[in-house]
Amino acid sequence: MSTTEAAPAKFVGQSLRRKEDPRLITGRATYVDDIALPGMLWAAVVRSTEAHAKILSIDGSAALERPGIKGFYTGADMSDLLAPLPMAWAPPGVEIKTPERWPLARGHVAHVGDAVALVIGEDRYGVVDAAATVQVDYEPLPVVVDVEEALKDEILVHESLGTNKAHEWSMGGGGDIEQALAASEVVVERRIVNHRVAGGAIECRGAIAEYRAGQLTVWSSTQVPHLLRLFFAVQMGISEDKVRVIAPEVGGGFGGKLQVTAEETMCAWASRRLGRPVKWIETRSENMAVSHHGRDQVDYVRMGATRDGKITAFHANIIQDLGAYFGLLTPMIPELGAFVMTGCYKIPVVQTDITGVLTNKFFTDAIRGAGRPEMTHMLEVMIDQLAEELGMDAIELRRKNFIAPEDFPYTTPYGITYDSGNYAAALDRALEIVDLPAFRAEQASLRKQGVLRGIGFSTYTEICGLAPSRAVGPSGFGLGIGLYESALVRVHPTGSVTVFTGSSPHGQGHETGFAQIVADVLAADPAIVEVVHGDTATGPMGLGTYGSRSLSIGGVAAAHAAEKIAEKCREIVAHNLEADPGDIEIRDGKFSLRGDPDQGMTLAEVAGCAYIDATNMPEGMELGLEQTLIYDPSNFVFPFGTHICVVDIDEETGKVSVVRWVAVDDCGPAVNPMLIDGQVHGGVAHGIGQALYEQVVYDERGQLITGTFLDYALPTAEEIPSFELDRTETKSPSNSLGVKGIGEAGTIAATPAIVNAVIDALRHKGISYIDMPLTPMRVWQALEDARGRGDGPRDTEQGVSLPPQGEGSAGSGPTIPEGGAS
Amino acid sequence: MGRTVPLRVAVNGESHESEVPARLLLVHYLRDDLGLTGTHVGCDTSNCGACTCLVDGESVKSCTVLAVQCDGAEITTIEGMADADGTLHPLQEGFWAKHGLQCGYCTPGMIMAAADLLERRTGEGPITEAEVRKGLEGNLCRCTGYENIVKAVLAAAEATRGVTA
Repeated sequence: MSTTEAAPAKFVGQSLRRKEDPRLITGRATYVDDIALPGMLWAAVVRSTEAHAKILSIDGSAALERPGIKGFYTGADMSDLLAPLPMAWAPPGVEIKTPERWPLARGHVAHVGDAVALVIGEDRYGVVDAAATVQVDYEPLPVVVDVEEALKDEILVHESLGTNKAHEWSMGGGGDIEQALAASEVVVERRIVNHRVAGGAIECRGAIAEYRAGQLTVWSSTQVPHLLRLFFAVQMGISEDKVRVIAPEVGGGFGGKLQVTAEETMCAWASRRLGRPVKWIETRSENMAVSHHGRDQVDYVRMGATRDGKITAFHANIIQDLGAYFGLLTPMIPELGAFVMTGCYKIPVVQTDITGVLTNKFFTDAIRGAGRPEMTHMLEVMIDQLAEELGMDAIELRRKNFIAPEDFPYTTPYGITYDSGNYAAALDRALEIVDLPAFRAEQASLRKQGVLRGIGFSTYTEICGLAPSRAVGPSGFGLGIGLYESALVRVHPTGSVTVFTGSSPHGQGHETGFAQIVADVLAADPAIVEVVHGDTATGPMGLGTYGSRSLSIGGVAAAHAAEKIAEKCREIVAHNLEADPGDIEIRDGKFSLRGDPDQGMTLAEVAGCAYIDATNMPEGMELGLEQTLIYDPSNFVFPFGTHICVVDIDEETGKVSVVRWVAVDDCGPAVNPMLIDGQVHGGVAHGIGQALYEQVVYDERGQLITGTFLDYALPTAEEIPSFELDRTETKSPSNSLGVKGIGEAGTIAATPAIVNAVIDALRHKGISYIDMPLTPMRVWQALEDARGRGDGPRDTEQGVSLPPQGEGSAGSGPTIPEGGAS
Repeated sequence: MGRTVPLRVAVNGESHESEVPARLLLVHYLRDDLGLTGTHVGCDTSNCGACTCLVDGESVKSCTVLAVQCDGAEITTIEGMADADGTLHPLQEGFWAKHGLQCGYCTPGMIMAAADLLERRTGEGPITEAEVRKGLEGNLCRCTGYENIVKAVLAAAEATRGVTA
């Protein structure tokens, strides 16, 4: 298709098929593991079998004797690294005790899977064989796994820090929380456990590093190629211009690849040492153990209200399990949630107290939603708990406290300014779809037949579009680098377009969505707008993809860069038509003269002036059509919506099935509605996974129980319902496209809707709360407890003696410590 | 790599004679020896299905099959699904049209598993959503929530029925 054909007025808003897909559906895409370089060696990592130990000795002599083995290294060999692995959050005025973390352990291991030694060799299988021969002598040290036990400091994860309490962070707004709660007519309290989960991208991590003639090139399955380049430069003492990082096709991230990892560094270091490319591909067992986990909080929550249902105060005391070390953002994650502590509601007094605690487990960090799912879970669960206490309908309680459309921009007690919202509109539409009166009638009738059906609501708002750089950067919230996004738009001499973005997708569809945006601005067809990403050598500095930031920062950057080019195009066209630039408009795929659309030029014709025959350019105008731009918005964006979940519970087994999911999300005007729906589907499925099936479990000795997909239960197509989606569109004033984010919304919204639905189904049985994951065992146990039968047939189930509650359980999926139900 | 054994297979219609280590997994033979990198590895316990391909017309998880077990077999991978002229297989078309993929990593395995499901189905009438969901339970996707994968497979089934009816 060429730009001379009449094109629809606007590509933005259409569900165009993805430009990415032809290579992906034919097996022609190139992920990291699909790359092989001449002379390439393989890396395997020897990992700690102990959760906490002193390393007495490491013997790699047998490994080195094996055929094809080229190198064996321990932490001592890598002493030429200039910096430990980074943690990039240093909030002004907050003391954080950061355990030093090097790619390979230096005498001490603090979790199972801690990297102890590196084996490099000629082939994929040979290095694994060799790694198995490495003898490591450990002196085991006491292990602390439970976060509240760790807080007692009886067993220290890092002796040198003197405490497991890594940091404390508090934020209050609107007044004294204790006074406000004391003055409240009603107060509800809960201890809510938001358990540890894994990212679960189907492609594990992987990296290839090639150090050649002073130049380091790293291919990595990463969400943040530019941050990796910056870090390699610092850590290895290589000038940043000599470092190139490429994120090729990336098979899912979900936050798990928003990281600067030990293994990437090992590959780079070993390649420099050996003068050959080095490749490491993570196994799933490694991924479960040493790709960062998420969530893992114990939350003590109190909500105060008046008798007639006005929320007066909300307090969260968050005990965050950080694990044994810090990844890039580990201690920051719960704080991110604090910024949407008030959710959709006018809550006059709020307080968040966060304690970060080290344990002998792998570190937690950003997983889809990063702090916001945890906070939204607390808030939306507590709204239902409060409604129950007040004897009030939970929807009416929500409505009564909603921030009204006319209140925007609305500043919360924390000083965060919500950009726009119309919460009741999304709720109304969702209720219309679900048909609540019909549901309640059906529920009552099913109950008579012994079927336990429940409905749960979650009305959420979240903060995303991470930027503005001043707000989040070193002098603001304390991130090590300000967040913004770049675009370089280049119109070629023939009128096709390349957009280089600093955003770094891994399934989101940037190549399509960004092309739609730029096509509209430049009177081009998206088919000839190529979006290039994930290569630090081709585009300007970029910050990557996470935090639902790509469209509202990176997409807007591309739009602004294209607009500057369009401005130049209008001047060139006006010059050629002897008209005023203000009279040139885009119509029918051309830059046309207003009122006389036959007169106009295509982008290809304009490009011809700018590159091929300069005599048609206005006097003094620079040649070419290219624009680089870094966009730094004025505010965050705040998507919102209503999610409604319907569950059925099998009373005999405790099995929860999600039978309906209705979601009405608002992320502003849609660029590509099909992509939005896809993000919601996946986001909700991720939340369903956490709420019902998934949990990373360590035993009391710090051994990882859920080390494979056999034990860590990602939901399959059978466990996920068909979705009923709609959208409302409320523009954000934060950017010129009015767009917000959608990548994490489903995950943020989902878990409380499920818990609330399960409670709705079980309340008449006397059950008012159950912690996630709502496995059959847990729900069944809650039903047994409610019947007053205590532990029921625990010790006779399947003739197997089960461990007492708190150590493990049976049922489908992983074993579940802490069966907290009431 | 230890002992090697002779292997003769036809992959996507092309014959290959190789000498392979006895313990070489089929997935690594396809990827590393033949350069057919469309077949992916997502786990090491045959749970995720990213490595699914067809061996003598039946779907197998190629991370759990030794290459030598396929001696004499005809193997089809994702690279062999489209026609030689580039015309997409109805499943490929369905996945594209229905947005049945995001990061694309599970997609080849999903398509191969779905091909097996549609090919070997014996039920009467159009295949149902429930059948598709059950039929794909051996393949994990983290991106799509399965919604559009199911739609893609149903669309492909419909398109195929339209052609063969």
